[in-house]
Amino acid sequence: MLQIENIRKTFPGVVALDSVSFTVAPGEIHTLLGENGAGKSTLMNVLTGLYRPERGRMLLRGQPVQFGSPRDSLAQGIGMVHQHFMLVAGHSVFENILLALDGIPNLFSRRRLKARVRAVIEEFDLDLDLETPVWKLSIGAQQWIELIKLLMRDCRLLILDEPTAVLTPQESDRLFAVLDKLKAQGKSIIFISHKMREVMAISDRVTVLKKGRSLTTLVRGAFDEKRLAALMIGADRIPRWEKRMHVGKELVLEISDLSVRNDRGLSDLDSFSIKLHRGEILGIAGVAGNGQKALAEVLTGLKTASRGRILAAGYDITRSTARSSYIAGIAHIPEDRKSIGIAPDLTVDENLIMKSFKQRSFRHWIFQNKQAIRRNAEEKIAQFAIKAGPGGSPVRYLSGGNIQKVIIARELSEQPTVLVALYPTRGLDIGSAEYVHKVMADGAGRGMSTLLISEDLDELLKISDRIAVMFRGRLVGCVDPQNTTREAIGLMMSGEVRP
Amino acid sequence: MLEILLDATVRAGTPILFATLGAIINERAGIINLGIEGLMLIGALAGFSASYLSGSLSLGVLAAFAAAMLAGSIHGFITVQLRGNQIVSGLALTMFGIGITALFGRGMVGLTIDGFQRLAIPGLSRLPLVGTPFFNQDALIYLSFLLVLSIAFFLYRTRWGLVLRTLGENPAAADTCGVPVNRCRFLAVSIGSGIVGIGGAYLSLASTPMWIENMSAGRGWIAVALVIFAGWSSYRALTGAYLFGGITAMQLRFQAMGTTVSTHVLQMLPYLFTIVVLVVSTLRLARGASQQPESLGQPYDREDRK
Amino acid sequence: MKLIAEKRETRSRLFRFGAPLVSVLAALFVAGFLLLAAGVSPAQAYLEIVREALGSGYGLSETLVKATPLIFAGLGVSLAFRMQIWNIGAEGQIYMGAMGASWVALFSGIESHGLMLAGMFCAAFACGGLWAGVAGLLRARWRVNEVIVTLLMNYIAILWVDYLIFGPWKDPKGFNFPLTAQFSEAARFSEYFDTRLHSGFFLALCCALLIYLFMERTIWGYQIKVIGSNPQAARYAGMKTGLAIFLVLFLSGAVAGIAGFSEVAGLQHRLQHGISPGYGYTAIIIAWLAKRSALGVVVVSLLMGVLLVGGDSLQISWQLPIAFVSAFQGLILFFLLAADFFVQYRLRLDRETDHA
Repeated sequence: MLQIENIRKTFPGVVALDSVSFTVAPGEIHTLLGENGAGKSTLMNVLTGLYRPERGRMLLRGQPVQFGSPRDSLAQGIGMVHQHFMLVAGHSVFENILLALDGIPNLFSRRRLKARVRAVIEEFDLDLDLETPVWKLSIGAQQWIELIKLLMRDCRLLILDEPTAVLTPQESDRLFAVLDKLKAQGKSIIFISHKMREVMAISDRVTVLKKGRSLTTLVRGAFDEKRLAALMIGADRIPRWEKRMHVGKELVLEISDLSVRNDRGLSDLDSFSIKLHRGEILGIAGVAGNGQKALAEVLTGLKTASRGRILAAGYDITRSTARSSYIAGIAHIPEDRKSIGIAPDLTVDENLIMKSFKQRSFRHWIFQNKQAIRRNAEEKIAQFAIKAGPGGSPVRYLSGGNIQKVIIARELSEQPTVLVALYPTRGLDIGSAEYVHKVMADGAGRGMSTLLISEDLDELLKISDRIAVMFRGRLVGCVDPQNTTREAIGLMMSGEVRP
Repeated sequence: MLEILLDATVRAGTPILFATLGAIINERAGIINLGIEGLMLIGALAGFSASYLSGSLSLGVLAAFAAAMLAGSIHGFITVQLRGNQIVSGLALTMFGIGITALFGRGMVGLTIDGFQRLAIPGLSRLPLVGTPFFNQDALIYLSFLLVLSIAFFLYRTRWGLVLRTLGENPAAADTCGVPVNRCRFLAVSIGSGIVGIGGAYLSLASTPMWIENMSAGRGWIAVALVIFAGWSSYRALTGAYLFGGITAMQLRFQAMGTTVSTHVLQMLPYLFTIVVLVVSTLRLARGASQQPESLGQPYDREDRK
Repeated sequence: MKLIAEKRETRSRLFRFGAPLVSVLAALFVAGFLLLAAGVSPAQAYLEIVREALGSGYGLSETLVKATPLIFAGLGVSLAFRMQIWNIGAEGQIYMGAMGASWVALFSGIESHGLMLAGMFCAAFACGGLWAGVAGLLRARWRVNEVIVTLLMNYIAILWVDYLIFGPWKDPKGFNFPLTAQFSEAARFSEYFDTRLHSGFFLALCCALLIYLFMERTIWGYQIKVIGSNPQAARYAGMKTGLAIFLVLFLSGAVAGIAGFSEVAGLQHRLQHGISPGYGYTAIIIAWLAKRSALGVVVVSLLMGVLLVGGDSLQISWQLPIAFVSAFQGLILFFLLAADFFVQYRLRLDRETDHA
């Protein structure tokens, strides 16, 4: 069906793909496996015409093809469900699907088209009301819309980019059932994931991508989790984790009955209560969009609670601004580092003192002490092994991992008592992710508590002392990572409370 | 008395209506256009010159549309294809429009033509109160009514309208569905600018059939504010334009009546009013009533890595 | 074959530093055609501009005189731009500053020269600042678009000044012209070299230095840069962005207001119609051309001064409307924006990418 040969794609300063080759047969689920930064998404964007490769070629059903835009690839029957949905939140389900359809006249018959769409929805046993505005739907439902768009375009090759990142284990199973059905229809599916177990469960063939190169393609039966992990990470450098507990008795943070409203009047956080002990790494699990961001924002003073109370070491900080929260000892690694965590046009030096610029050491009266600021930067760069560019270059040109290091360096510079980390390893390569975990573990050893909000169950199970599960802004339950199963957590993530 | 006021309201509001409608098309596609003031002037001069030289009013309107469309396409090219700063480009367009019309308008100062005359719609024009204001007006005003309806229909009942709205909300979504984003945005800016030009033509072909340097006197800016008031909808644009027209009509009335209030203070009213309208509209926006197009003001670059 | 735009790895140095110059040259080139179309010889026009503005001592002094209010206004606007706040109301702020200074000059009865000027300065600073502060308040508190507010307030400010000079402040000995009485000696700047060059120019240079120090060396300048780069990150860091928005707009308007003070104290010596023939709008070009540099503002203001002096002369000799300078400024901006594109992107002709 599809053949890719020696594709090469670079971006300013980065070689994203370096001679990638593999094939996909009709009626198979072919998984593309690789850690963050290996080039999976880039490759798919090349396939769908979003990016243009510098070198290499693609053959579709034996014919060489070139895609100048997504229009071309769609016309050839290739469709993709992106990791970040391409939906218009304000439009209805119907309008979003309508946009994707081909050959619709300018003045169309609403009734007839709606009937067509409903037919497809029913064929796959989904439950979607066409008139609902998309922002009202859960993320899982939104993903179904993306899938329907492809099905209605009669795509023969479907690409799914990390679809289960936002699904509970149960919802994932449902998706796999649909994929099987499509397989039986002779369609090909490229499935992108870095979750080993899923890969084992559904793949007919697996191609491993590492640092922009396609290492090898394995057929079902010829691989197992260990082999794949070894290929992905390389040789025998599978990190062994030394987990030590440092949890003290002292309560560092006590949250009671916290509620937060959002722009649309819905409750983001709904009577949330939890306790955090000194030196504890508390993992917060849950599908993204169930109140995690609101929790982080309230804790760091960016949003105000409509109800409830937060006590930090006894002090009531429910109504503090971001500044005093920080002084109260809470640091924050935000979710979207490039857009929230840094001032992109300023230098590394300037970013590192964003929270501490008012300190005596960094200024004389109203003037900044540039030498002290530079010295501080040199210290932090060495301490955290930040690969910064030349002195005066804007921080936005650093790699994702290094930007995260700058943020961490900044946040930890004041020895905070609590660190609130929102998806801190998202989009980072394994090395950088390991580093972040190390920082948290070391911090725990020194008495720092971490609230780790993540959608990666593996990560949570690995380093948390306790895992709390959130659903629709509420705490569903707490589990001990040593004594629980993925299924149990998955159930809680979809709102079912343990008996 | 009320009927006269209503009539004056409609006539005063029409140039702003055209301008607001054109701006709505631009912003629905995601592009802020602060060049409205310049475009109105270009439309006014082009319209007047063409009508004067050719003797045909329709040709004047067409010329106004074409000239404004051309000028607007500069803004479109810079902001869409070249991903330039939309605010600065719009301001540049306004400055350019003011200057170039002053330059080329020298030859047209003092000349007059027979402007648009009223055309009564049989039957309806005899209605009490609303007969004259709405059904005994000139052709351009009827065109504006048609435009309000067409744009609403276009936006919500046609595929192209859906595409336009998507461009302003999430151009990436449109891109992955195969829509040529840049081309469509450029087109939206150009056509919207052309419509603004017609608004300018109304000034020089109907309101006062002559050319005066800088004759739009800030109306373009009022239109920019009205887009927010209108919640990017053509029906509410009508309301807003006529609201503004009403204030202007009353202000002129007071001046004619010879009040003790200084003429300068009276002239401030429309601007003060617009600021108040803007504040109120923004507050309503914040509370969730009609959202602004999500991607408004942001250039689209397909290769922007996330 | 298609023309592709691709992002560069690092911003092109050539275009970054060459862009302003290239834009001005390109604008001169295109404006030349416009002049031709309007029946004016571009070569002669440009020569006249240079001759009038730079060819004589008096011409030079006139250039500096014109540049003075531009420097103030340009500094004010660029201050706001650094924080991504679009102060389009410099024109109105100049008027309000002029009004404030005139009020002190005409009605305060101060006799001491130094005290009078100080008073006028403060009044101009306050009036300009508060005028912009209204927009700042609306933006900080309710997120109202400051572009439209500041702009509409221009019209209101001009009408307000008109009201005063046609009405309560009209000079009884002025033959019914719309202007106030002349200022006393105490309320005037000294002039130099038998020209119209006044202390305002030197005040402007001081102001530029102060603003430079403020932005590059103080903690407030630092905060402005952070907020301008990423307001959300600034909020995470605990900076009070709302207060900053108001203060920056206030300061921006205040500095522009000083331009008004400079004009009435140094040049016009009274308040009259047309105190500023569009300096506030020119300031926007200056701020954008000068990018982030106070020195750049001074340099570009001098250049604009040349244009304005030349434009005045062309108005007399060729009946060229002064508004034409606006067209020229618009062209410069267009080309500058286009040049900005080439700083970040390069063009490439796409041949068949079919290498096996």
